[in-house]
Amino acid sequence: MSNGEVNLARRRFLIGATSVVGGAGVVGAAVPFLASWQPSAKAKALGAPVRADVSKLRPGEILGPLPEWRGKPIFVVKRTDAMLDQLEALEPMLADPGSARPSQQPSYAANRWRAREERKDLSVLIGICTHLGCSPKYYPEVGPQAFDGNWKGGFFCPCHGSKFDLSGRVYAGVPAPSNLEVPPYTFESDAIILIGEDEESA
Amino acid sequence: MKRFLMILGFCALTTPAAMASDSGVHLEPMEPDHRDLPSLQHGAKLFMNYCLGCHSLEHQRHVRSAEDLGIPTDLYQASLLPAGADMGSHITNAMPAEGAKNWFGAQPPDLSMVTRVRGTDWVYSYLKGFYLDPSRPLGVNNDVLPNAGMPHALIELQGVPRKVCKQAPEGGRDGLSGQPMTSEQCGFIEVEAGTGLLSAEEYDAAVYDLVNFLDYTGEPYRLDRQRIGVYVILFLLVLYVFTWLLGREYQKEVH
Amino acid sequence: MSDVKSSEKPGAVMAGVTQVVDWIDARMPLVETYEYHMSRYWAPKNFNLWYIFGVLSMVVLVNQLLTGIWLTMSYVPAGDKAFASVEYIMRDVEFGWLLRYLHSSGASAFFIVVYLHMFRGMMYGSYRKPRELIWLFGMAIFLVLMAEGFMGYLLPWGNMSYWGAQVIVSLVGAIPVVGADMMEWVRGDFLMSEITLNRFFALHVVALPIMLIMLVFLHIVALHHVGSNNPDGIDVKKHKDENGKPLDTIAFHPYYTIGHDLPAIVLFLIVFCSVVFFAPEMGGYFLEPPNFEQANPLKTPDHIAPVWYYTPFYAMLRAATYPLFGMDAKFWGFVVMVGAIALPVVLPWLDRSPVKSMRYKGAISKGMLAMFIVSFFLLGWLGTQAASPFYTLLAQVGTAGYFAYFVLMPWYTRVEKTKPVPERVPA
Repeated sequence: MSNGEVNLARRRFLIGATSVVGGAGVVGAAVPFLASWQPSAKAKALGAPVRADVSKLRPGEILGPLPEWRGKPIFVVKRTDAMLDQLEALEPMLADPGSARPSQQPSYAANRWRAREERKDLSVLIGICTHLGCSPKYYPEVGPQAFDGNWKGGFFCPCHGSKFDLSGRVYAGVPAPSNLEVPPYTFESDAIILIGEDEESA
Repeated sequence: MKRFLMILGFCALTTPAAMASDSGVHLEPMEPDHRDLPSLQHGAKLFMNYCLGCHSLEHQRHVRSAEDLGIPTDLYQASLLPAGADMGSHITNAMPAEGAKNWFGAQPPDLSMVTRVRGTDWVYSYLKGFYLDPSRPLGVNNDVLPNAGMPHALIELQGVPRKVCKQAPEGGRDGLSGQPMTSEQCGFIEVEAGTGLLSAEEYDAAVYDLVNFLDYTGEPYRLDRQRIGVYVILFLLVLYVFTWLLGREYQKEVH
Repeated sequence: MSDVKSSEKPGAVMAGVTQVVDWIDARMPLVETYEYHMSRYWAPKNFNLWYIFGVLSMVVLVNQLLTGIWLTMSYVPAGDKAFASVEYIMRDVEFGWLLRYLHSSGASAFFIVVYLHMFRGMMYGSYRKPRELIWLFGMAIFLVLMAEGFMGYLLPWGNMSYWGAQVIVSLVGAIPVVGADMMEWVRGDFLMSEITLNRFFALHVVALPIMLIMLVFLHIVALHHVGSNNPDGIDVKKHKDENGKPLDTIAFHPYYTIGHDLPAIVLFLIVFCSVVFFAPEMGGYFLEPPNFEQANPLKTPDHIAPVWYYTPFYAMLRAATYPLFGMDAKFWGFVVMVGAIALPVVLPWLDRSPVKSMRYKGAISKGMLAMFIVSFFLLGWLGTQAASPFYTLLAQVGTAGYFAYFVLMPWYTRVEKTKPVPERVPA
C-alpha cells in the first residue's frame, strides 16, 4: 500500500467525469424504456380518422356518441337556426365565449359557433368533460331543468354539474375549466365528415 | 474475456443445420440491402401485384412500408394499397383460409418473416427454381422445394422455364486440343425464348428486389438497429476510457 | 491507505446527508450493512479475471428483469395472439425491438456468464468447505435459471418454441408408471396448448424470478459470511493485522468495485451490445430460424435443437440408446440427463483433495478438468446437430467423460500428489 501515490485532484476529476458520462449513459438507456410507453403504431392505426355520415341528421338532433375517434366519444350536433341565434345572447354567462384557448379547437373553429364557417350549423365535439373526463349529456330543450331553472339548451355533465352551451362553450361558475374540445375535421362531401384530420394535420 | 470472444466467434462462423435447404440443392447467394430504396419499392410493387393474392404480410403495416421505403402516401394509396384497405392496417389479403386449403392443399404461409425462417438465399433460389412439370397438379415443380404446392406466380415475367439437358463443361481440359471438356448433363433450367416479359437479367433483378423487400419486412427496423448500435458502441468505448482511467487510480493504490 | 472522505470540507450538503444517514441508522443498520458488504468486505487481493463473472451475472439479471417487465407490458399470453404480440412488440412498440433483443440476447448472455462463473468455482475449489452452502445456492440458481429459460422460450410461441417444449415436456413421460399422466398434468392438456402457455407465462414472469432473486440474495449472504475464495485457495483469514483485517485482502469497495468491476462491466456491455445491435440472432444460436414462424402443431421443424445453453444436456439425453434392466432407452436418457444436472450439486463432497485450487492439485485433476471441458463443449456442439450413428457414438464418449470427472473424483483427488499451498498469497 503506497499512500503517497494517491493524487486526490486527479481522482476527484475522474470520479466527476466518469459520473457525468455514466449518467448520460443511464439517461440514454432509459430512453427506450420510456419511449416504449408512447402510443404504438397499433394505437396510432386504431386512432386513425373516422368518417361520419351526417346526411340523415335532422336539425336539433345529435349523432353520437357513436363514431369513436381515438377511443373518445364524438358528438355531432346539427343545430337549428333558432339554436344558433341565441348563442350570442348567452355569452355574458360563459367563461370563454370567444374560444380564446387554442388547445381546445382548431383555428377555423375559434368562433361563436365553434364550427367551420361554411357549415356553422354542424358542431363537432369530443364528448369528454374538461373537468374530470365524464361524458356530458345532450339537453337541447330550452326550459327549466332540475340542474338549471333557466336552461337555454346545451350539454350537462351529471358527474359534477358542469354546463356547456350548444357550441360546447363552458358556463362560468362550474367545475369545468374550459370549453369542450373540437377535434380537427373536414368535409369529404356534404354528407361525410372526416373526423381526426384536416388540411393542416393531413 | 478472451474465451468469451472466442465463443462468440465460433457461434458466428457456424450455422445450425436448420438453415440448409430442404433438398440439399445449391442455393444462389442473395445479399439484401435495405438502403436500396428503388429496389425495395420495386419489390413492394411486385409483391402487391404477384404475391398478395395468396400471401399476406400480416405483421407489417402499409403505413410503415410507405414511410420506410420513401413512398408518398397518395402515391402508395393510388398504386399499392389494395382496395378497401387503409394505410394503418396490416398487409393482408381477403383469401378465405378454407378455400386456400382446397385449392393448394395448404394455406399459403404468411411471408412477413419468410427470409428469417428460410434465409434470403433460399427464397431467391426458390423463386428462380421453378420449371414445367406436367406430372404436378399445378403443372410446375421446383428445384429448391421439390413438389412445392405453389404455382409459378412470376411465370409471365420469367417466361416458361423447362428442364433441359445440354453440353456443359466438366471442369477438366481435353489433353489434345486444350479445349474444356464437355458432356451431356441434365437438370438445367432454361427459359423458352420470347415467352416472358423480362429478359433473364431483368428477371434476376426483379426476384432480387422482391426478396430484398421480403427481407425488409422481416426486420423493418434493421437499419435503425445498426445505426443506433454504432452510437451505443462508440459511447461505451468513451465510457470505458473513463472507467479504465478511474479504475487504474484505485488499482495503483493497492498493487 | 489515505482516508479520502475525511479530507473533504464538510459543507452544508454533507452535513445534511450525514443527518439523514444518522436518522436512518438509528432505525435500521444502514452504515453497518454498507460496511459489511462493501467497504469492509475484505476480498482477497489476488482475484483474477475469472472473478468478474459473478458481478456480470448480476448485471445480466438486472437487464433481464427490466426488459422482462417491459416486455410483459405488451405481450399477450394467448395461443392465437402470443406470436403476433411478439411481432407487435418488435415493430409497433417504440424501441420494442431493442427491448426484445436485449431480453433474448440477455438469456444467452446469462448462461455464458453463469457457466464461466461455475467453471471458475470448479477450477479454484470455491465449493470446498466452508463454502458448500454457497455452491448449493448457486446450483439452485442454475436449476431455476434453466427452468426460467425453458419456460421463457415457449412464450414467443414460434414453431421451435412449441416443438422444443413438446420434446422437453415429453421427457417427463419417461418416468415409469406415472410418466404419461404427469405429462398431461404438466401441460394441462393432451398436447402443448394455450393452457400450457399460460402456466409457463405465470411461472416465467412471477414465480421463478422471485425464486431467482431470493436465491441470489442467499448466495451472496452466504458468500459474505465466510468470505471469498481466491485463485490460490489460500485461507486469507488466517493472518490478520492488529485491527482484525486479513492481511492479504483489500476492501471490496472501492478497490474491486471501481478498480476492476466497473471497467469490466463496460467491456462486457460493449460485447453484449455488439450482439444485440449487430447479430441478435447470432447465426441462429440465440434466436433460431424456425421460431420466426408461428407454432404449428401439425408441422415439426426439420431439425429440433434446443437453444445452445441446453445442448450439452440434450446431447447426453440422446446418447442413451440401449435399454437396460428392463427399462427402455428413453428412461435411461432421462436418468442420464437428470444425473448430469444433479451430479455437480454434490461436488463439495466428491472432492477429497487436501488443496482447493487447481494450481496446487496434481496432474490427474488437471487432466480430468480439461477432459470435462472438452466433453462439455463437444456435447454442446453435438446437441445442435442432427443425430447420426457417429455423432451418437461421440455423444456417448462425451457423456462418459462428463460423468467420469465427477464419479472418479473421490478417487483421483486422494491418490494424486499435490503441491504445498503457501501460507500467504504470493506477491
